[in-house]
Amino acid sequence: MTIAVTNLRVEDKLYQNRYVVDSGRPHIKVRPHKWPSANLFALTSVCPAKCYELNDNGQVEITADGCMECGTCRILCEASGEIEWNYPRGGYGVLFKFG
Amino acid sequence: MTEEKFDAIVIGAGMAGNAAAYTMASRGLKVLQLERGEYPGSKNVQGAIMYSNMLEKIIPDFRDDAPLERHLIEQRFWMMDDTSHIGMQYRSDDFNESRHNRYTVIRAQFDKWFSRKVREAGATVLCETTVTELARDSDGKVIGVLTDRTGDMILADVVVLAEGVNGLLGTRAGLRETPKPQNVALAVKEMHFLPEEVIDQRFGLKANEGCVIEAAGTISRSMAGLAFLYTNKESISIGIGCLVSDFAATMESPYELLESFKNHPSIRTLIAGSEVKEYAAHLIPEGGYRAIPQLFGNGWVVVGDAAQLNNAVHREGSNLAMTSGRLAGEAIFLVKKGGRPMTKENLALYKSMMDKSFVIKDLRKYKDMPALLHTNSRNFFTTYPQLLSQAAQNFMRVDSTPKLDKERATTAAFIKARSRWGLVGDAVRLAFAWR
Repeated sequence: MTIAVTNLRVEDKLYQNRYVVDSGRPHIKVRPHKWPSANLFALTSVCPAKCYELNDNGQVEITADGCMECGTCRILCEASGEIEWNYPRGGYGVLFKFG
Repeated sequence: MTEEKFDAIVIGAGMAGNAAAYTMASRGLKVLQLERGEYPGSKNVQGAIMYSNMLEKIIPDFRDDAPLERHLIEQRFWMMDDTSHIGMQYRSDDFNESRHNRYTVIRAQFDKWFSRKVREAGATVLCETTVTELARDSDGKVIGVLTDRTGDMILADVVVLAEGVNGLLGTRAGLRETPKPQNVALAVKEMHFLPEEVIDQRFGLKANEGCVIEAAGTISRSMAGLAFLYTNKESISIGIGCLVSDFAATMESPYELLESFKNHPSIRTLIAGSEVKEYAAHLIPEGGYRAIPQLFGNGWVVVGDAAQLNNAVHREGSNLAMTSGRLAGEAIFLVKKGGRPMTKENLALYKSMMDKSFVIKDLRKYKDMPALLHTNSRNFFTTYPQLLSQAAQNFMRVDSTPKLDKERATTAAFIKARSRWGLVGDAVRLAFAWR
């Protein structure tokens, strides 16, 4: 038996999960902005699915495909109007096998 | 569907929603339950420990067919620094009683079972249906819901909001606030699969016995947080959670925190060689008593995580959810039986039943605890675990240093880190918050 615990990348972790992606209908959107606020910028590290990334122009972008619908980004950025948050349509999104 | 009117609509098929739907349907009410996942449980995440007493009050013979993993006979509380842990451990054969006190469960399986019971009790359960809006009359009374399934309104006397910690409906309808970053923890969890006998061997268990480890310390990197490891039958649930406000301030990544915890020398041997089959994330209500919203209004009640019902000190959530769902169901049944309308005045019965239950009593007891831990997170989650580890090592490592010198060094380390007044102050604050 090995003692090693493999360090997994987030992308590999998400690969284990089951999703039904609602193509072309992302449930979370980042509003256009010049510079991200501290909270919006923090999402590039804090989002547990690493959905948020900084683009070459210093703006935060989202790819919601791996989203686990936890709501952390909503709690941090919805009130300031920086993101628009909804649940996916019924039946779509992450489907936990164990939960 | 448009012609039909229900006695109650329950939004969500988690612990609270299922408890409410079951309680009402089994008493003969006409209940519609709506769940946005493909099946009940597909959107739900928990550690997960299920407490028998609160479920027995709903389904007394649940042990006959509920999918239970292991009953817990041992609990370890660990304070960790980077290379060690010091802790408390309680194990008792008393927990091998015939009607076990608590079990680990896998929510996707457990919730499917609970939902089957809800259907058998007579409720209509519709999955893959997201409720988009609460329907209200001109007086503001909630009279039904709109869904993404059809454009039609579905009417009911009362709506039970069991939509979870991140529920959009109640907040968007202005019935309660969106949780604040300092009042919710973000937890991430992985499911590690290992053969049953390997788990038995590593934790000293036999025949469905289970063990829990809950750990705090430098693993949360000065944030207010807790890590956990729960044994299931053929898997281990392992995770860590910290306050969202702390995550935003430190910009730590939850998945990196989890990787570090998994690689801690005290943990890595317990999960070595396992196969990871799922990675999940979820918010946990941590605001306690002071964060509980208004629980009822004209045509609506709110239950479970959506009502912030979570006892962070004892790490109890699902039993508070089940109990609030049951009490809401009983209150609605009594109002209906009395032939009275589902007004705010009549639904206040739910609140008075909650006030008399352990749910509100326990949360009130710890009302000052969240603020204490949030404002002193570095002391409680980094400084003290490190000091305790040093003290233990000083005590156990045998060398040529006289014992009196060792004791003085330990005391000096505590005073240097927190000062005499700081130590006394922390003890007093903790005692008052616990009281």
